[in-house]
Amino acid sequence: MRARNRELFGLIPASLLISAGFAAVFIQRSNQLSTVSLVYGALFLGMCVVAHIFIRVTLPHADPYIFPLVAVLACFGIVMVYRIYGATFARQQAQWFVLGLALFVATVIVFRDYRKLENYRYLIVIGSLLLLILPRVPGIEDPTNGAYLEIHLGSLTFQPTEFGKVGLVVFLASYLRDHRQALASGRKILGYRVPPFKHLGPLLLLWGIAMLILIFLHDVGSSLMFYGGLLAILYVATDRISFVLVGVVAFAAGAWYLATHIPHIDARVQDWLHPFNYKLYNAPGGSFQLANGQFAMAAGGLFGQGFGQAMLTVPGTHPTAYLIPAPGTDMIYTVITDELGLFGGAALLITYLILCARGFKAAILARDSFSKLLATGLSSILAIQVFVIVGGVTRVIPLTGVTLPFVSYGGSSILANFVLVALLLLVSDRARRPEYAR
Amino acid sequence: MNRSIIRLFGVVILLFTVLIVWTSRWTVFDATALQNNSLNRLQFFATEKIKRGRILADNGAVLAESVRAGGGTWTRRYPYGSLFAQAVGYDVLSQHQHAGLEWSRESQLLNKPTGLTSVFGSFNGGPKVGDEVHTTLDPKAQRLARQLVQHAMSAYGATSGAVVAIVPQTGAVKVMYASPTYNDNDPSACAKTPGCSESNYAATAELPPGSTFKLVTTTAALDSGRYTPNSIFNGNSPVTISGHSLENDSNYSYGQVTLTKALTDSINTVYAPLGVKLGSSLMQAYMQRFGFYSIPPLDYPADEMVASGERFYKGFCGNRSNTPKLVPVTNSCVDLGRTAIGQANLTVTPLQMAMVVSAIANDGKLMEPRLTSKVVNTDGQIVDSVSPQEYDQVMKPKIAAELQQMMRDVVEEGTGTAANLNGLNIGGKTGTASTGAYKNGQELDDAWFVGFPEANPRIAVAVELTNIPNGFGGTYAAPIAAQVIKTLLAEKP
Repeated sequence: MRARNRELFGLIPASLLISAGFAAVFIQRSNQLSTVSLVYGALFLGMCVVAHIFIRVTLPHADPYIFPLVAVLACFGIVMVYRIYGATFARQQAQWFVLGLALFVATVIVFRDYRKLENYRYLIVIGSLLLLILPRVPGIEDPTNGAYLEIHLGSLTFQPTEFGKVGLVVFLASYLRDHRQALASGRKILGYRVPPFKHLGPLLLLWGIAMLILIFLHDVGSSLMFYGGLLAILYVATDRISFVLVGVVAFAAGAWYLATHIPHIDARVQDWLHPFNYKLYNAPGGSFQLANGQFAMAAGGLFGQGFGQAMLTVPGTHPTAYLIPAPGTDMIYTVITDELGLFGGAALLITYLILCARGFKAAILARDSFSKLLATGLSSILAIQVFVIVGGVTRVIPLTGVTLPFVSYGGSSILANFVLVALLLLVSDRARRPEYAR
Repeated sequence: MNRSIIRLFGVVILLFTVLIVWTSRWTVFDATALQNNSLNRLQFFATEKIKRGRILADNGAVLAESVRAGGGTWTRRYPYGSLFAQAVGYDVLSQHQHAGLEWSRESQLLNKPTGLTSVFGSFNGGPKVGDEVHTTLDPKAQRLARQLVQHAMSAYGATSGAVVAIVPQTGAVKVMYASPTYNDNDPSACAKTPGCSESNYAATAELPPGSTFKLVTTTAALDSGRYTPNSIFNGNSPVTISGHSLENDSNYSYGQVTLTKALTDSINTVYAPLGVKLGSSLMQAYMQRFGFYSIPPLDYPADEMVASGERFYKGFCGNRSNTPKLVPVTNSCVDLGRTAIGQANLTVTPLQMAMVVSAIANDGKLMEPRLTSKVVNTDGQIVDSVSPQEYDQVMKPKIAAELQQMMRDVVEEGTGTAANLNGLNIGGKTGTASTGAYKNGQELDDAWFVGFPEANPRIAVAVELTNIPNGFGGTYAAPIAAQVIKTLLAEKP
């Protein structure tokens, strides 16, 4: 079967999922099946088919699984958002989905030859760093639990770090393409090959700036994400595991410093270690969220309580007085496991894993270093983002607020991740074009 | 480069594996611990969203029902309030406060999933509704019991009272009323209300049974084959028991009497030496057959019942604890003679005495008492048909028949004539247990009557009134028992 036809068939699970999901929520809500669920399903399927036709025309050789996987995640996300926050938010999420597809199309058209991105790499890195600082700009800042994650423009909330991550990956891929040979070489000092400072300098500068920004923003989640992305690209570019080790040590040092000197981060670490400590549990912004997330997961068990069955609010209280604060954004994974159990959670994680696998496949098939590094970086950063938030709510690592890509409620996340997917598909299309094949 | 990419993907697989492992920790392996975490309120909140089943009386009257409390939650309403509060109880799930049937039948009222249904229950959406508990309680007789006990309290100064009525053949509890009581619609107010008590006097009171206990002694004497109703005893007063003089009422000497006569006139100077002669192990064995020394097998919270038996209070026989100690009558400190007439350290509950008379009325077979007749789900299907269970064949049917005749004599010509209603042929036994307390120079007694209608033994009743000055059981308790029996017999079975 041709790649594009496989992609088209791949959309069937997504459409089934969204129809069944909406139907389940409707049945739970009103004990009756409404035609609205079918309309939603049809609309979404329509949008996906339009996007598919666009890919068919512009990126005929791109990986056929990436887009259906994204569609499955997005459809699943919109059902969850509908179930958690109701129709208004689901409609907003759907609108973001449409905007995301538009941005996807725009990215594909504008960066048809994505290698010209390299020409703008310094512009991109400065822009990305500015995006990272944006949440601290007085007037539009809005700290959440002590971290500066988003900005407010009028009624619009925007998380600039979501776009910053894509920009940084583009820059790193481009920069390391040029300097990877030089970084891998260098003089030996005490038996260790130290890369020339001329080439290492900008990376160190980037590390320093990113660290400084994080000290200002208190956003460990994003820092972990950038860092992981940086180390992944660095490792693939230079094939030197020692860079990764040095990087991990450097990050650990930075994290230790932050944890001991910034109360907000120290509190997060304490919440992580002792979520059921009575004092931490009752502290404002304390471990209440994390502990109740765990209780929700425990309620799920192997198969989950069933769709729409999770208890989100204390009965008899205000409908937005959530038992797990941020149930549709940071904590959405706990609601998913509550309702669909270990199997649902694992299925979601495996979906992400397959998506990443396709990204890495594109990197392997790509014929030039920039494409390889770009696809590697984009796939890694997606994987790390999933790890940071799912690991945070499952207490593998301290909880820091990043979104679950395509699933969490939130516009910036959807938009930025559609740009990410567009770039991945561009790399993949180029890599699999037959005229280059031997 | 490709090798590094593959290795990197290996790391990603590892990270995701860690995520799945951790997810399974919380969802499966540590799930029970998390669910039992004291901070975890999910289950309480979830149960508040369940419309619990109703609790119904034997005539279908609603004793407890769920009413909407907003936000999709339900709360409980008890239309009869204090009348059935002791039996029905209450259940405030979120605060973990519960009592009575609401507690003992909680899982059925909530329709809690068990076993396989909990796995497949997740596919069953929609609002949850609990099962309906049909009780054996009879509102008309219960109301009469309240009226009569409250009258005894206001007219004769009783400080408390209890009535328990059981169907001997099935163990169905028709009446379980105790005063003081409380309003289960607002149990928290009880602590601030004078004359209010949450504890069910009928099942938790530790009372001297007085002469009603002579039924147990008589059972041991007859069923062991050592005596017959016509065995002759010396009824002269006083006698010396455990080194102290024991007298009959008014120190009256009856001369040579049969055992039937001794029961009819409740002769202490016959029964105390009889108990000593029977011996502690025989007495212990028969007491246990009647259910003494066990929490009654009633479908009621075990925490709200006490076992009947010999109780040593602080300071007695080396008990240094503040909690009374339940000891067998074989204990060397036990005054067996006075125990045989229901005094000394013997304590019983009205429920236990109702079980005693119920066993005698049912030809010696004691049925487990129960408050529930059936549990019905929302589709009207019986999910738990609470069938009658035998507790023990306490005595041979022939012995039971002899005892029944002896109890008839008590009511016909003995201490219990106040219970003699035309046509019912009530048989019974009075009890006038001295409490050792005095008020205005008059001794305060616990007045008892246990009885059943011999002509149609479909009901067995125990009545107890506490602290009545010179509270003769035949005077105060016997008429109440007769009224309750008459009312219950008048209803269709």
